[in-house]
Amino acid sequence: MVEQKVVVRLRSGLLARPAALFVQEANRYTAETFVEKDGKSVNAKSIMGIMSLAIGPGQEITIRAEGSDAEQAVKKLVEMVSKEE
Amino acid sequence: MTVRELVDELGLNIFNAGADLTRRITTVDINRPGLALAGYFRHHPAERIQLLGRTELSFLAVMDPREQARRLFALCSYEQTPCIVVSRGQQPPDVLLEEATARGLPVIGTAMVTTRAASVISTFLEARLAPETLIHGVLVDVYGIGILITGSSGIGKSETGLELIKRGHRLVADDAVIIRQVGEDTLVGSAPPLLRYLLEIRGLGVLNAMTLFGAGAVRTHKKVSMVIHLEAWRDDVAYDRLGIDEHTQRILGVDLPAVTIPVRPGRNLAVIVEVAAMNYRLKRMGYHAALEFTEQLRRAIDEHDDL
Repeated sequence: MVEQKVVVRLRSGLLARPAALFVQEANRYTAETFVEKDGKSVNAKSIMGIMSLAIGPGQEITIRAEGSDAEQAVKKLVEMVSKEE
Repeated sequence: MTVRELVDELGLNIFNAGADLTRRITTVDINRPGLALAGYFRHHPAERIQLLGRTELSFLAVMDPREQARRLFALCSYEQTPCIVVSRGQQPPDVLLEEATARGLPVIGTAMVTTRAASVISTFLEARLAPETLIHGVLVDVYGIGILITGSSGIGKSETGLELIKRGHRLVADDAVIIRQVGEDTLVGSAPPLLRYLLEIRGLGVLNAMTLFGAGAVRTHKKVSMVIHLEAWRDDVAYDRLGIDEHTQRILGVDLPAVTIPVRPGRNLAVIVEVAAMNYRLKRMGYHAALEFTEQLRRAIDEHDDL
C-alpha cells in the first residue's frame, strides 16, 4: 500500500470539474485508490464520493492506493491536486 | 460533534455568547452534578454535559457565597466539559456565568423540564455519536427492504439503482453511503448531505432523482437489511446455484445477509435485486425456497427407496 499526504493547491479545490478530471485519472489505474479527509475515506474512482468530501484549496488530504500500479497512481494524483491552477 | 451543532439542532439558547462552541461532545452520557456542587469532585465525570435542573440551582442559591464561588470555579475548570445546560427556562446565577465565561465554557438554556431535557439530549447524541463509516455503493429501498449494492467502479451499481427507481423503488444514496450503527444489530444508511437525492450515471453526469422522478422516488435514510455485491463474471468462480448457504458481510461489527451476483451483459440486474429483496422477505416470513426444495428432494428420494 502506498500513501501520501498532500495539501490541495488547486484554486477552486476538488469541486465539480477538477473532481471529474481527478476521478477520470484515478480510473486509469487498476489499483484501488482512496482519498481521505478528516478521517473520512472515499473511493477515488467515485466522483460523488470525492465531491462529498468537499475538498477546498489549502486543505490536507491523504491519497492512498493498493495494487500493482499503486505507486504511479499516487504520484500522478498527488501531482494533480498540488498544481496551482 | 460540537456544542454548536447541539445548540443549532435542538434549538437551545446560549447565555454566554463569547464561549467556545467548538468544544467537542464525546459521550452520550449526561451528568447532574449535584455531588460536585456539594463539594465532592472525586470521580466527577467532567467529560459529560453537565445538566443543572431546579434542584441544583436551588441548592446553589442557599449556599454560602464563598463556598458557591469555589465550587462553581471547580465545576467550570475542566477543559473536557463540553457545556453546562440549564433546564426549565431558568436563569443561571451570575457567578456561574462569570466562571464559565472566564473559561470559555458554554452555558446553554432550554425550556424543557430536566428529565425531558436529559432524554432529548441523550437520544440526539446517541444518534449522532453512533459509530459511522462511509461505503462505496448504492443504497436503495426495494419493497421496504434496504439493499446496499456494492461492487467495483463501473460495474453498474448506479445504473441498477436508476432502473430500480424507474420500477417504483426508492433511492437513498448513490456512490457514497454513510452507514451508522444505531443499535446493537441495526445499521442505518443515508447520503452525505451534499449528495442527497443525487445520482451519477456515466454519460449523463449528475442527476437529481427527486426532481426527475418525484418525492416518491427518494428517501433520506433507510435501515440496511442486506448487501448485494456485484462483480464481473468470471468463468473460474463457482457461483451459488442453490442459495442454501447463507453468506454474510460484516459492516461496523454487524453481520448482514449478503449475496454476490455475477454481472454479464444482458443480465437484468434490477430484476435480480428485486427478487433478492422479495426472497429475503419470504425467508423472514419463514419460507426458505432453497431449503423447502431440498426437503422435497429428500422426500422424493426416500419414497423412491421404499418402492
